[in-house]
Amino acid sequence: MGLKQQRRRSKIITYTLLFMGVAIVFIPFWYMFVTSLKPQAYIFEMPPRLWTQQPTLSNYTTALGKDLFGLYFLNSLVVAVVTTISTVLVSSLLAYAFARLKFPGKEWLFYLFLLGMMIPPVMLIIPQFIIAKHLDLLDKLGGLVVVYITMNLSMQTFLLRGFFEGIPKDLEDAALIDGASQWSIFWKVVIPLSRPGLSVVTIFTFLYAWDEFPWAHVAIKETTRRTLPIAIALFQSQHLTEWGQVFAASIVALIPVVVVFAVFQRYFIRGISTTGLKG
Amino acid sequence: MRIKRNLTQILTAAIFILPGLVLFLTFIVGPMLYSFRISFYDWKIVNPAQSIWVGTDNYVRALTNPIFQRAALNTLVYALVTVPGQMIIGLIVAILLNQDIRNRGFFRVVYYLPVITSWVIVSLLFEYMFSGQAGLVNYILRDVLHIIPKNILWLADPVLTFVPIHLLGIWKGVGWTAIIFLAGLQEIPEQLYEAAEVDGASPLDRFRSITVPLLRPTILFLLVVLTIGALNAYISNLLITNGGNPLDKTHFILTLMYTATFNRLDFGYGSAISYLLTMIVFVISVVQIRLLRQRVEF
Repeated sequence: MGLKQQRRRSKIITYTLLFMGVAIVFIPFWYMFVTSLKPQAYIFEMPPRLWTQQPTLSNYTTALGKDLFGLYFLNSLVVAVVTTISTVLVSSLLAYAFARLKFPGKEWLFYLFLLGMMIPPVMLIIPQFIIAKHLDLLDKLGGLVVVYITMNLSMQTFLLRGFFEGIPKDLEDAALIDGASQWSIFWKVVIPLSRPGLSVVTIFTFLYAWDEFPWAHVAIKETTRRTLPIAIALFQSQHLTEWGQVFAASIVALIPVVVVFAVFQRYFIRGISTTGLKG
Repeated sequence: MRIKRNLTQILTAAIFILPGLVLFLTFIVGPMLYSFRISFYDWKIVNPAQSIWVGTDNYVRALTNPIFQRAALNTLVYALVTVPGQMIIGLIVAILLNQDIRNRGFFRVVYYLPVITSWVIVSLLFEYMFSGQAGLVNYILRDVLHIIPKNILWLADPVLTFVPIHLLGIWKGVGWTAIIFLAGLQEIPEQLYEAAEVDGASPLDRFRSITVPLLRPTILFLLVVLTIGALNAYISNLLITNGGNPLDKTHFILTLMYTATFNRLDFGYGSAISYLLTMIVFVISVVQIRLLRQRVEF
């Protein structure tokens, strides 16, 4: 009896704390959403409300129409998709070489790539800016893509190498005996068996490219090439009080993130747990 | 024959390695070395040939500059607050999620939402919530809880402006920390707890003598990774303080690097600052790993 009561009490405490946490996490998002629906006159209303009596979509239509946010959304999408596909390709090629191929200097090269995971990314911004300037990559979406691929390369290669090494070698050996080349083994045996690993790389890279701010902030000055994070930040600094539009654009920017996360949630959690600790 | 086989091996490997290697050398290794060189020059971005060698001058200038010292202090305080903050709350959330509860997936998704939201969006959101006149936070503190007599101008004060910045750092990071902790907790065999319970150990005893020691690798990992992250914090500060306002007292090391480089075009100085930060990060990581490794051996 006593034990049962104790169990029940601890369960109540657990749920109370968990829902308190949910409130703390969720209320700011809710407030952002409500603010995006408020007419400008209510943005600094007193008391600030967590709902609105006159919800309007005008912030969305203004932000997406007049202020080019539609174009910025498209820029972000192009950058994120191209970055993701290229990163998956380049890092799985590398990972396969490190997992399976024999070549001189392999260990040395692997450690060089590991080094890439330890460098604080922002420290590279100045020289990357100068190099991008020489290569005529500033103010171009391509300039964002190449840097984003590179910044993800070490981590994703490391992750995929682990996945590839987990694939039973017999399968590849059998294919090798049948006379298949490493190239076709990679495409026909290893890649199809690595879907979970490739999904993790896909999600992480997509979210990274979609949210990245520091590099885009220095590399893009041309208005029409902006991605959403810089567009939102700059918009806010130019229109200090138009929070409704800022948050309307933010909500739109959040949609792909939430969709990708909801669809891949299973892979996502596993990816974090395995790469975080054992990667 | 053997040479020919080696050559095919190398050629095959080259196909797999070259795309990544070229990118890596161009945008990571090259920049690292380049930036090291720049940090010893008064670097002219428009005409690099006119750059002047100044030795360690940029480093000395940074280290003796009160604005840099203040920025370094701000950055360290940010790490000292947000790293333990994320770890303690993250561990509590992980322990709660590790109970026998329904809807674990729902909670995981909600707690993870801040992690996947861009820094830009959440920084602006916190700026709005902490605004001085009609901000939600002031309203709750003043009119709902009656803790403060009048509105606080959070964003105009060089110390108080770190309240939203620190809270944001914790709020945004807890979800990730909790999931890493949860993975660690799930590796601890249930039988250990059962055996301890039979022996009459209280929940606190069990936490101290089973959970904490077995989580030690996870704790070490989180400590190092979160500290590196905190020392590299940048976006929230840049947006919330608008680049060091008021009076350049609220910089982080990286926002200072950013303004020096891209507003004042002092590339050499900026590079020196980023190398100083890298050294700080490196030293702190090594110390943390040393300290915690030693304890594991006991």
